[in-house]
Amino acid sequence: MKTVTRDAPSGRRGVFIFFLLAGIFLIVILTSAGMGYIRIAPLAVLKIILAKVLGRPDFLKGLDTVFPYVVWDVRLPRILTAAIVGCGLSISGVIFQGILLNPLADPYTLGVSAGAAFGAAIALLVEIPLLGFYAVPLFAFAGALLTLLFVLSISSFEGRIASNNLILAGIIVATVLSAGISFIKYVADEQVSVIIFWLLGSFNSRTWLDVALTFGMVVAGGGFCLYFARDLNVMALGDRVAVSLGVQANRTRTALLVAASLIASVCVAVSGIIGFVGLVIPHLMRFIMGPDNRVLIPTSALLGGILLLSADTVTRAVLPHEIPIGVLTALIGGPVFCYIFRKNRRRLIHG
Amino acid sequence: MADALFHLRDVSFAFGPREVIRNLTWRLAPGHFYGIVGPNGCGKTTLLMLMMGYYAPQRGEILFEGRPVGTYRRRALATKMALVPQDFTINFDFSVFDIVMMGRYPHIPRFSSPVRGEIEKVRGVMAEMGIEGLADRSVMALSGGEKQRVVFARALAQDTSVLFLDEATSNMDIQHTLHALARVSDRVSGGRTAIGVFHDLNLAAMFCDRLVFMTAGQIAVSGETGNVLNETAIARVFGVESRVVRHPLTGGIQVLFHKESRS
Repeated sequence: MKTVTRDAPSGRRGVFIFFLLAGIFLIVILTSAGMGYIRIAPLAVLKIILAKVLGRPDFLKGLDTVFPYVVWDVRLPRILTAAIVGCGLSISGVIFQGILLNPLADPYTLGVSAGAAFGAAIALLVEIPLLGFYAVPLFAFAGALLTLLFVLSISSFEGRIASNNLILAGIIVATVLSAGISFIKYVADEQVSVIIFWLLGSFNSRTWLDVALTFGMVVAGGGFCLYFARDLNVMALGDRVAVSLGVQANRTRTALLVAASLIASVCVAVSGIIGFVGLVIPHLMRFIMGPDNRVLIPTSALLGGILLLSADTVTRAVLPHEIPIGVLTALIGGPVFCYIFRKNRRRLIHG
Repeated sequence: MADALFHLRDVSFAFGPREVIRNLTWRLAPGHFYGIVGPNGCGKTTLLMLMMGYYAPQRGEILFEGRPVGTYRRRALATKMALVPQDFTINFDFSVFDIVMMGRYPHIPRFSSPVRGEIEKVRGVMAEMGIEGLADRSVMALSGGEKQRVVFARALAQDTSVLFLDEATSNMDIQHTLHALARVSDRVSGGRTAIGVFHDLNLAAMFCDRLVFMTAGQIAVSGETGNVLNETAIARVFGVESRVVRHPLTGGIQVLFHKESRS
């Protein structure tokens, strides 16, 4: 009979895994920035980054003059955007799964991604010169939020939201929105290729503006979610128990849904639809670290960033032709997910 | 008036057009084990939820320690009252220890990890409920009765002066049922208060010193168990014929039922 208690040791294990992942995260960023048509050593990459960040041009001595431009202006914006989007999709996946009490839920289940994509497709179709760069993200935000509000309003009854209704409503709305996107493609004429390519998902030619936008949203949203992580743990026991443990279940659920939707929508806005990250990463992390959201949110964020950046680097620098990242993640993520799912089921059934 | 733990005054509550609690008035004193009995759908669970502040009454008021229950902060209430719910589903494989530890959450700041004393408390309650051997097991892998003991332990770990039980032992075998309710009785003897919804009149008779019969959202009969648990009350509330007898050996009250009712 074991009398080992999991709480304290798992906390220490969580901290260890967090720093381990953070280390890998940095290494992957440095390595990735050196990969591509022009190969640059990781140490040189580090020098270039430090030179820019600390304002010390003397660090660049002895390096090819084109290297700083390649690393800082071309590769890093794309690399950081991919990494942050990976973090963001994973965080919103953890939150949606935690709220819907369904380990198989993700940003798509609520129709949030479809809403963001629909909004962005409209922005791409009509081209609003006034908004310039911000048209797509703003329309994606608006699409995601309006979809979420609509899904919440049709699935709530007397101010309370039933999780099952939420999933059903989300799937119905997402299906309708997908049809809407198809319709936009149909009427889009010469813009159709832009929309289709964007929907496939890509980090090609991202800028520092994209980095700033996603970073701000993911850090703010992620921090907010982390603050409520323990409440989310308790909400897994049902609303009545959560309330009896001092958690404002309904209010917390709405706040977390909005936060996770904003994170998901900014990710969709800068990168198009990238599937399976939000589904597979939290699932994998839960499998390794257990279901405590206080551990799950930060570690999933890091693993999501690492994996999405790695995938993007493979399509950018390793494959002979660039495959849209959304296609690649679905091709890898789908089978991985099936494997985890089967294995997990077996473990639960046979103990 | 001063020493009422709960005071419900003319409380009414409806789900949409369906009125579930009607002009209900009830005073509860601390240090008793209250049992609520009544037919399905008479509003027992809703009454508990109102007293916990989970629902707000549409008419009337519910005072807890002299203040309307709705004016307390949620977290403050969580240090004063705990709930063992009727049904329990969980979709994530928290360990048994994790779940019982959640009972300590209202007492621990959001980001601090539990100190040794908290862990000792959780261990103590798990030992009391006989689930210390399950500590590292996933709750998802437990049987219905085991899960219920875990949930019971979680509520006891909350260490509150009021404990609500909503058919809290419905999935347990008789041994664990008696054991769990005896642990509640211990706490009531120590001055705490328990309020439980029961389906089994004999269990209620055995453990509760106060009994409330509910029917159609109202209290039909209430008082000391020995005074109110009789054939008339049972016939009136449940519509069945019964015999209420004193057991010759234990002196406890027992309810015997006829096989068919004619009322």
